[in-house]
Amino acid sequence: MIYPELLLVFFKIGLFSFGGGYGMIPLIEREIITRGWLTGQEFVNIISISEMTPGPIAINTATFIGYRIGGIPGAILATLGVVIPSLILILGIYIFLSKYQQRQIIKDTIYGIRPVVLALIMQAVIFVAVNTYFKEGTGIRDLLNINTGSHFLEIIDPVAIAITVVSLLVLFLTKIHPIVVILAAGTIGVILHFIGIL
Amino acid sequence: MIPLIERELVDKKKWISQDEMCDIISISQAFPGAIAVNSAILIGRKLGGYAGALFALLGVILPSFLIILIVARLFIYISNVSVVIAALKAVSSAVVALLIFAVVRIWKTGIKDKISPVITVAALLLLLGTGIHPIYVVIMGILFGLIYYCFRIIRIRKKLK
Repeated sequence: MIYPELLLVFFKIGLFSFGGGYGMIPLIEREIITRGWLTGQEFVNIISISEMTPGPIAINTATFIGYRIGGIPGAILATLGVVIPSLILILGIYIFLSKYQQRQIIKDTIYGIRPVVLALIMQAVIFVAVNTYFKEGTGIRDLLNINTGSHFLEIIDPVAIAITVVSLLVLFLTKIHPIVVILAAGTIGVILHFIGIL
Repeated sequence: MIPLIERELVDKKKWISQDEMCDIISISQAFPGAIAVNSAILIGRKLGGYAGALFALLGVILPSFLIILIVARLFIYISNVSVVIAALKAVSSAVVALLIFAVVRIWKTGIKDKISPVITVAALLLLLGTGIHPIYVVIMGILFGLIYYCFRIIRIRKKLK
């Protein structure tokens, strides 16, 4: 029976993920991929699809992964698992604290958590980048072998890196909304595929 | 999603005030889980007690849940189509940019003291170098916040004496 484990794993993810969906990526990576439930590539696809669909990324990834692993019951359990910690902590503890305690707790947990969330998102950058830039069947280890035979372009996909660079420029230099950048990237991917580049 | 909640509940329906909304957002960020989910629970509870919290929670997760179920079902049939693979590769390349953008934004707005960058670097080195479970790094962050809190209390008490 995979269902109790699925609920428990997403409960754990929901309990320890702060700062929204991005900080959750390394946690899911560790819990789901080491269990062999998904490959890195599949997880990156799910993140991409979650970015394109409405709703919180945390819910989207939980539902998607739950469905992949256990069908509709799996989707329900994973989604419940990821929201139950919020429900328990907010309704069970938070509302019983005094106004003063509430303020202090918020200030100090955010103070301690924010630098850590930042490190987690940095790790997520590396995870998604590695699973996007490297061609199938290659990894960071192959980079070290470049001098001994293999060519850089046999390992790394330069088109993917170019799309990241262009997206970064758009995000930093214009006020275009991230969802527009995501959808534009998808469209460009389709076009590049039909001209034979991607 | 937050601007949407604000427009719907603060501006249109006037169920909560702008000040309350600000409080709700900062509380939502301090608790684990999705910010939109936490806000929904807090707003629901404020307006309709425990039942309100449950219904608000259901309301905020059901659309995503149903949409993703459909997408996940469809994805089984199209995940091997080459054009879909290309589109997803382009999207995940853009996701890398989005994540970097988030890092820069949080760094600029949220990290203002000298200790936080040290913690960030230490946490990153721990995560990448030792392969430690991310949960322990999160716990360390919470402990750090608590220790910092205790030190501040001690300092305030000394000043009062």
